[in-house]
Amino acid sequence: MKKWQCVICGLVYDESEGWPQDGIAPGTKWEDVPDDWQCPECGAGKDDFEMVEI
Amino acid sequence: MSKPIIIIGTGLAGYNLAREIRKRDEQVALTLVTRDDGAFYSKPMLSNGFAKDKLASDLPMANADKMQQDLNASIHTHSSVTSINTQQKIIQLDSGETLAYDKLVLATGAVPIQFPMDGDAANQVLTVNDLQDYAHFRETVAGKKSIAIIGPGLIGSEFANDLAGADYEVHVIGPDNAPLGRLLPSEAGNMLQEALAALGVQWHLQTLVTAINKQQDQFRLSLKSGNEIIVDVVLSAIGLKPDLSLAKQSELQTNRGIVTNRYLQTSNEDIYALGDCAEVEDLVLPFVMPLMHCARALAATLTGEATEVVYPAMPVVVKTPAHPVVVSPPPFEAPGEWEVEALPDGVKALFKAGEDLLGFALTGSAVSEKQALTKLLPAVLP
Ligand SMILES: Cc1cc2nc3c(=O)[nH]c(=O)nc-3n(C[C@H](O)[C@H](O)[C@H](O)COP(=O)(O)OP(=O)(O)OC[C@H]3O[C@@H](n4cnc5c(N)ncnc54)[C@H](O)[C@@H]3O)c2cc1C
Ligand SMILES: [Zn+2]
Repeated sequence: MKKWQCVICGLVYDESEGWPQDGIAPGTKWEDVPDDWQCPECGAGKDDFEMVEI
Repeated sequence: MSKPIIIIGTGLAGYNLAREIRKRDEQVALTLVTRDDGAFYSKPMLSNGFAKDKLASDLPMANADKMQQDLNASIHTHSSVTSINTQQKIIQLDSGETLAYDKLVLATGAVPIQFPMDGDAANQVLTVNDLQDYAHFRETVAGKKSIAIIGPGLIGSEFANDLAGADYEVHVIGPDNAPLGRLLPSEAGNMLQEALAALGVQWHLQTLVTAINKQQDQFRLSLKSGNEIIVDVVLSAIGLKPDLSLAKQSELQTNRGIVTNRYLQTSNEDIYALGDCAEVEDLVLPFVMPLMHCARALAATLTGEATEVVYPAMPVVVKTPAHPVVVSPPPFEAPGEWEVEALPDGVKALFKAGEDLLGFALTGSAVSEKQALTKLLPAVLP
């Protein structure tokens, strides 16, 4: 399980937690997150996320 | 050399504006000035640092040198702008240095609201509004056991959840009937209150702190209700207000915030404002999503394509994992009523005028309806 961080606002998407509020179940891999998913904090697209070691 | 665009402030507003400008124009001269060290960090992470296991030193995503390179900009750190000469289009720094601008942007953020309290320790109350405050806060709470949070609003509730989750004894005090009283219908606030109480948070609502006094190594808070609370640390989260100091001194029009039109232009045609300091078309929205919309529109304007900011519906996610909350408050003084539906583990509240959905508050399991409901909301600024 990896973590991805929005480079615009710093929000972290943790694959193990998913993003249930947007219907993305815990355990959802980054590549399986819908392409039109936007950063819930700042509205950035998936392209603006980078994999991070946390 | 032509005079630069100068941005005062390197918070999310200042840095994201610079980034958006660079996406459109690699050449235009760009200067940023900040009174802090210019580290780029995500301010929302300051209120869930325990859950995410982040010390202040873990939060910066890039230091000022890295930002300077990435943005091809000149960044003046540890420099306060003390005045603006709007006639000559020059800003004055506390070092004595002056910088001339072509266009100036105020992204100076907000300052904590001070609340008058008596007692010999009233001045020892902590606030957390930047990385430096956060470093001080983490050092202060390390090894301590109990903390009082003044203000049961959004940020107070987030800190309460975070600290209770890290096994602190947490007291929250405020005049509201329920947490997030100004944003949520009471049923929703009550659910959050109960969930945080189950985590150990002790609520002291419908009352105020009147005095804070030192009691050996601890603090004694006197409440208007007559009760007293003894804790190791006191944190104020009663709110922030736009920083108007530079704007007032330069005779820019101000109200609650620095007044701008939809081009983010202040009453001076060469000066713009965005982020927590700005009041855009009567709206002060101190959140990340609105400032990002402003950054994109203003970057276009400053690079030659005049663009009005448009705000879609922008629900606010409250970081209280014990009982998640998403709220999109109805427009100020909008006619209509809350329709509240209690679910087994949450509340779904819709603010409706007739058939029209104008706002919502979702808690617990109901937050999964956020996306679907957001699509039905009107734009905040069409
Ligand atoms: C604890 C906390 C949690 C939050 N959580 C969320 C959340 O979950 N979601 C959300 O959307 N929003 C959240 N917010 C709000 C969000 O973080 C702010 O809206 C946003 O960070 C504001 O950015 P800004 O750049 O306008 O201001 P700031 O980040 O305050 O930046 C102001 C900048 O101006 C500089 N400055 C000011 N005056 C001068 C001067 N005279 N000279 C030079 N430099 C100056 C400062 O050094 C600083 O760099 C939270 C806020 C806090 C405090
Ligand atoms: Zn983001």
